This record gives sequence, C-alpha cells and structure tokens, in this order.
Amino acid sequence: MMKKTIQNLCLGVILLFLYAPILVLAVYSFTDSTMIGSIRHFSLENYKVLFTTPELREMITGTLILALVVSALSSVLGTLGAIGAFYSKRSRKRAIHLMNQIPVVNADVVTGFSVCILMIVFLQLPKDTYLPLVIGLTSLCTPFVYLSVIPKLKQMDPQTYEAALDLGCTSQRALRKVIIPQILPGIVSGFMMSVTLTLDDYFISTYTKPAVFDTISTYVVNATKGAQTQIKTALWALSTLIFICVVLAVTYINLSAKSEDAR
Amino acid sequence: MKKFYLKRSTLGIPYILFLSLFVIAPLIIICYYAFTNGAGQFTLQNLTAFFTSGDAIGTLIYSLLVAVVTTIVCLLIAYPVAFILAKGGYKRGNVLLMLFIMPMWINFTLRITALKEILTLLEGNLAFHPFLNTILGMTYDFLPFMILPLYNTLVKIDSSYTEAASDLGAKTSHVFFKVILPLSIPGIVSGVTMVFLPAMTNYVVLDMMYNSTYIMGSLIGSYFNAYDWNNGSLISLILLILMLIISWITGEFTDSDETTGGAYE
Repeated sequence: MMKKTIQNLCLGVILLFLYAPILVLAVYSFTDSTMIGSIRHFSLENYKVLFTTPELREMITGTLILALVVSALSSVLGTLGAIGAFYSKRSRKRAIHLMNQIPVVNADVVTGFSVCILMIVFLQLPKDTYLPLVIGLTSLCTPFVYLSVIPKLKQMDPQTYEAALDLGCTSQRALRKVIIPQILPGIVSGFMMSVTLTLDDYFISTYTKPAVFDTISTYVVNATKGAQTQIKTALWALSTLIFICVVLAVTYINLSAKSEDAR
Repeated sequence: MKKFYLKRSTLGIPYILFLSLFVIAPLIIICYYAFTNGAGQFTLQNLTAFFTSGDAIGTLIYSLLVAVVTTIVCLLIAYPVAFILAKGGYKRGNVLLMLFIMPMWINFTLRITALKEILTLLEGNLAFHPFLNTILGMTYDFLPFMILPLYNTLVKIDSSYTEAASDLGAKTSHVFFKVILPLSIPGIVSGVTMVFLPAMTNYVVLDMMYNSTYIMGSLIGSYFNAYDWNNGSLISLILLILMLIISWITGEFTDSDETTGGAYE
C-alpha cells in the first residue's frame, strides 16, 4: 500500500512538471492578462487575434500545408525505400540502412545547415523557392517512415506475395494488393511521425526556408525576441489549441485501440 | 510481347538516389567548405583557428557540460518513471505512458515558452540562473525521449528473471543492480543518444532562457547569420564526427533491429 502511494506520488510530481506550464498558460490564454500571475478577467481576445491576424493565419496554414506535403513525400519515398531495401541483397540492404541512420542520429542543426550549404550556397538555388525547405524536412522524416515500415515487412508472411504471382497476378498488382495492405499500419505511423517532426522542427526550417515564410517554430522564436505583447499572448492561445488537438488525438487513438482489443 | 516484370528491389532506387543526393552529398560539401576559405582555396585555417581559440574551446566544453548534465538529469528522472510504469503493477501502464510522452507532440518552442513564463513567475528574472534554467528547459524538452526507450526496454524484461533472483536469495537491491539494470542497458543507451546530441546543439532553448553563453549549435547559427559558410561547415563537421563517435560507441549503425530501442514504433 505504502509502495503504491510512493509510486503514484513520484509519477504525479513528474506529470506536474510536464503539464503545469502548459496548463497555466492555457488558463491565462482565456484572460486579458499579459503576464502570468496577474489576476484579470475572462476574455477570448487572444483567440480572436490568433484567427484574425493575417500574419498568424498564414503562418499556421503554411506550416500545416508544409507538414502534409513533406509527410506525403516522405511516406512514398520511405515506403518504396523500405520495400526495395528489404528485398535487396544483403550488401545493398546494409548500405541503405546505414545511410538511413544518418539523419536519425545526426543533430538537426547539422542536417539543416548541410542541406543549406548544398542547395543554397553550392547549387545557388533562388532564395525564394521552397525546394530546399521541402527537401531538408523530407530528408529528416523519410528515415523514420523507413524505420516504421521495415518491421511490418519482417512480420509479413513472404509466401503471400509468391502465391499472388503464382496465381497469375502481375508484380505491380501484387505489390498494391498484397504487400501495401499488410504494411499499411507502418506507413500510417510513419506518416504521423513525419507530421509531428515537421511541426516540431526549428533548425532545418530556419536554415532552408525562404525569408518570407515562417513555420510555427521559427515564428515563435522570432516573436519571443521582438516582444509584441498582443502576438505573445495570441501564441498562448495557439499553444492551448495545439494541446487540445494532441489530447483529442491521443484519446481517439487509445479508444480505437481499446475497441480493437475488445473485438 | 515481353512481359514487364518489376523486381521489388528496384523500388528502392528512388530512395537510394535521394539519400545519396540529399544526405551524403551535403556531408561531402560540408567537408569541402570546412577545408577551404572564402575564395575556394584549400586551407587548414578554420580548423587551427577553432582549436587555438579559447572561446571556441570554451564553447565546446560548455556544450559538453550542458549535454552531460541534461542527460544525467533526464536519466535520473526518467528511469524511476519508466520503471514504475513498466513494473509498478498498473493495469493500463501503456495509457499512463501516453501521458508522459504526449508533450513530445506539442511544438517545443511553444512548450519552452510556457516553461519560461512559469520560471519568470517563480524566479522574477531568468537571467539570474542561466545554467539552471537551461538545464530545466532541456530536461523539459527531452524527458519524454528518455522515458520512451527506457519503458520499451523495461517492459520487455521477463518478470521470471527477477522472481528467480529473489527465489535464489538475492536482496531487492541486488535484483535491481545485478538483473534489471544490466538488462535495461539497451534502453539507457538509446535514451542517451536521443538526448545527448540535441542537448549539445539545441541553442533555441538557451536563447529563450536568456542564457547568453554559446553552445556548439549557437556557433553554427551565428556563422549562418554572418554568411560565414566555411567556419559554419567546420563546426558542423566537428559535430558530425562527434555524432559518429557516439554512434560507434553505442552501436547505432550496427545491423540489429533494436537500433532505435523501439523509440519510433
């Protein structure tokens, strides 16, 4: 009994550390206060600013579109790469695996800076294109798609593909109808990971983005430097909204996993 | 008519090309820029300048210090948490785990902003404790990345091992140090690799905590802002070599399935 209490206390303290800042900020995002700690009145002004300031709206939609484009690209590339590598000879498989590990373990600063050096400094691509940004983020995300697809390929029964071919299926069709459905959970989780990686990224974006474009991360970092109070408190609202979205997504995933268990 | 037969291994070619062009080539370019000057001539100047400058060496040492302290703090907090979640007899340990790793999915700049507001309230002025605040910020940012691989390793340890040890007369502390800890080393290793290098380079946390001391990442940032590609490349190269050393020690590049400790499942 005593042991259980200590356990719960220990978990509780760490949860408090992790969530207190986010929750306090969430409470203050619904007030007209500009400082944590001062007592003010209820207000939805921050949310109004968040949704009506063109600069903020462009930044949010831009980041979301970027995340979707990068994740789609990474999913296709990573899935094809994983299938290709899985059915290749050992030496080639190993080579792909090694190259794939580099962006995973490398510091984001170095990944971003090196893509910037190649594309903007060495190849001198025009500064206003989104190509370096998309390429940089794709090179960060694709390895994670690859890593989540490979285990699914290992779990798959290799004979289903052979059986499909023996029954007269073309290889392309067998790929579409036999392999892809079986590894789909891996692709989906790779896609989700790419979305969160892109939304969280600061370093690759900051080194490769066009000057006129801001992601949530680069915008927040700039906003904390040039302290415009209205923008600062509107970002509290953004933080709260993202938190709510994450909570909803996690709840949904848990509930669907639960109903799957029940079946 | 010849029937077109698609070999599955050919599907990997686009990714091989992508990796060569956008992962390998940039690293080669980095090496080239690190050993040339602004006019494109070969030089060792950047290298010697770094290793003879007191400031640069100081930055390297300071970032190692930040990384080591952050890693230790994260490990000391994450290990008990992961252990309790995995072995504490909770019915829905995996749901509880979700609570601990959920912050990972919220943009880190927004989370650090939140932490900063709280710390400002508690401390009055952040500038009084720059090192403490940096460590707090880094820990706040990276803790979930340490908990997840530790949990994944600990939860897989068969409880019959610990039962056998106790049956054979081992004390609780012995069971932990002789059985559980050695078996959880893969989790510790992948947790450390997830935290150490980011803690050396994530200068956004420092900037936001008003810590004006540089770490290695800040150097790249400031060379980038000054269009000094050569020195920036040299710093990247140093970090790259450091990454290779860490990976070599931890076996990150070996062919095993467990390279990520299940952190990305």
